[in-house]
Amino acid sequence: MSNPVLQLKNIHKAFGGVTAIENFSLDLHSGEVVALVGDNGAGKSTLIKMISGVHPPTSGEILLDGQPASFADASVARERGIEVVYQDLALADQQPVYMNLFLGREPVKGPLRLLDRNRMIAETEALVKELDVRIPSSRATIRDLSGGQRQGVAIARATHWAKKLILLDEPTAALGVAETGRVEATISGLKARNLAILIISHSLDQVFRLSDRICVLRRGVQIGIRETAKTDKNEIVSMITGVGQ
Amino acid sequence: MLSTLTSRTGLQGLIVYAGFVLIFLFFAATLGSESFLTTKNLANIVLQTAPATVMAVGLVFVLSAGEIDLSFGAIVALAALVAAIAMRNQPMIVGVLAGLGSGAAAGAVNGLLVAYGRLPSFLVTLATMGVIAGIGRSISDLQSIPVISPGFISFFGGGSLAGIPSLIIWTLAAIAFGHLVYRQTRFGAHVLAVGDNPRAALVSGIKVARIRLSVLILSGACAGLAGLLYAGRLQSARYTLGESDLMTVIAAVIVGGTALNGGKGTIFGALVGSLMMGMLNNGLILMGLSVSYQMIIKGLIVLVAVAISLRDPNR
Ligand SMILES: Nc1ncnc2c1ncn2[C@@H]1O[C@H](COP(=O)(O)OP(=O)(O)OP(=O)(O)O)[C@@H](O)[C@H]1O
Ligand SMILES: [Mg+2]
Repeated sequence: MSNPVLQLKNIHKAFGGVTAIENFSLDLHSGEVVALVGDNGAGKSTLIKMISGVHPPTSGEILLDGQPASFADASVARERGIEVVYQDLALADQQPVYMNLFLGREPVKGPLRLLDRNRMIAETEALVKELDVRIPSSRATIRDLSGGQRQGVAIARATHWAKKLILLDEPTAALGVAETGRVEATISGLKARNLAILIISHSLDQVFRLSDRICVLRRGVQIGIRETAKTDKNEIVSMITGVGQ
Repeated sequence: MLSTLTSRTGLQGLIVYAGFVLIFLFFAATLGSESFLTTKNLANIVLQTAPATVMAVGLVFVLSAGEIDLSFGAIVALAALVAAIAMRNQPMIVGVLAGLGSGAAAGAVNGLLVAYGRLPSFLVTLATMGVIAGIGRSISDLQSIPVISPGFISFFGGGSLAGIPSLIIWTLAAIAFGHLVYRQTRFGAHVLAVGDNPRAALVSGIKVARIRLSVLILSGACAGLAGLLYAGRLQSARYTLGESDLMTVIAAVIVGGTALNGGKGTIFGALVGSLMMGMLNNGLILMGLSVSYQMIIKGLIVLVAVAISLRDPNR
């Protein structure tokens, strides 16, 4: 098998004196979906933020394509093809949809390097149509969208830019049944494009529909990794809760 | 035109225009064509507001980035004094550069403390306002310093180009440049993003600290230019310059439609807000009110205008 896209080796993270993640290790290959599950406060979001460069790990190693990666901040991870849908979506609420899709990567034109709004709008419209995100307009202000529509925008942004690895922190938490189905189809599409995908979800049905492997975290401790095809919900639930093992 | 204006900025964005028209009509009706409604007086209002408009452009950037600058009024005096002192025995260009440079440098001190010292801009600029005002008093010995360079006085004060007064050219240049940078560049977009959601800006690769530093430098430089305009028009510099502009300019910018807590703003709105404040000033003087009543009425009108502007239904 080729080098894993992402390797986490003995990651440890403490906030002050509080341990959030203890000794976490995981290999993630391209074309693979790994689900990260665990109760509230288990440390799932913290793990994603370490991979994307928001928080540095207290100790341990992160390797990208076999190379040690030290992300000074989140922009470095982005340049290497890693995209994230954060739990809080990381949208600029008072800006239009198209500006959010291009946040930090706005195209410019001409010698004065002026914003190419037309291009941003056109590309946003194409993308929104392709992903079937139902928003009133690409010029709509984020604040005027519903929770599900915002989540749709955040997912559209990440899928548009991801080249190697995509991290999704509860991407369907605010979505209805039909919208969830569309996002799951989008994720399957990314998998077919050979991206590596790490998804956090509290819906075990979804986890079983999408993932190749399931990684369980409980209060910062990595309980285990199972192949989705070789486990069942009962086993995962007891790993999450620690009851009935 | 009106409908695109409303859809983009919401009804809120129109309040400044309504207020402008209302105040204009009020003074036109009460003072009439004897004093208020003369070409000379109206032109005077525009000329007198030039420094405030230039300050307002800087402040739109600062507020949009989610910061505040309380020191720009003090920087106005500092820059004017530094320029006047430099021009005592140096050519005009040295004075101009020294004035603008001192403004930008004061802004950079604010910016470094805010962006890299991670201190709130409210406290930083409140403190530097005092420090800068003190420096202005000490370098001038509380005296006013005459500006004698005719070139400077013409360029920044009473001169004109193709029949258009310098001060109007400066106003238009500041507005045009400000609008271009604010609306049409990545820098402007990043300023808005930082003020809107700094964490989202950060994870989007925007250099948040650098943006915070830049807007405060820009505000300092704008205040510096405003200081030069005062020095040019009054042909002298004094430590009191800019003192009364702090409230006026903040009010102009907020009434103009810029959010006090970042992420939203307009340069044109700030211009209209600034002209409105200038008109108010002018009208109250022409009505023959004593200075104390002028202050009270102006304060109350600002309060009402700001209260209406901030009643955003989406908040
Ligand atoms: N910036 C921070 N500073 C201090 N403690 C933090 C910080 N971020 C997270 N924590 C702590 O780390 C632990 C894990 O939090 P995390 O957000 O990773 O949980 P989670 O598994 O994503 O939970 P949820 O399912 O509720 O989203 C929690 O105890 C939390 O309080
Ligand atoms: Mg979480």
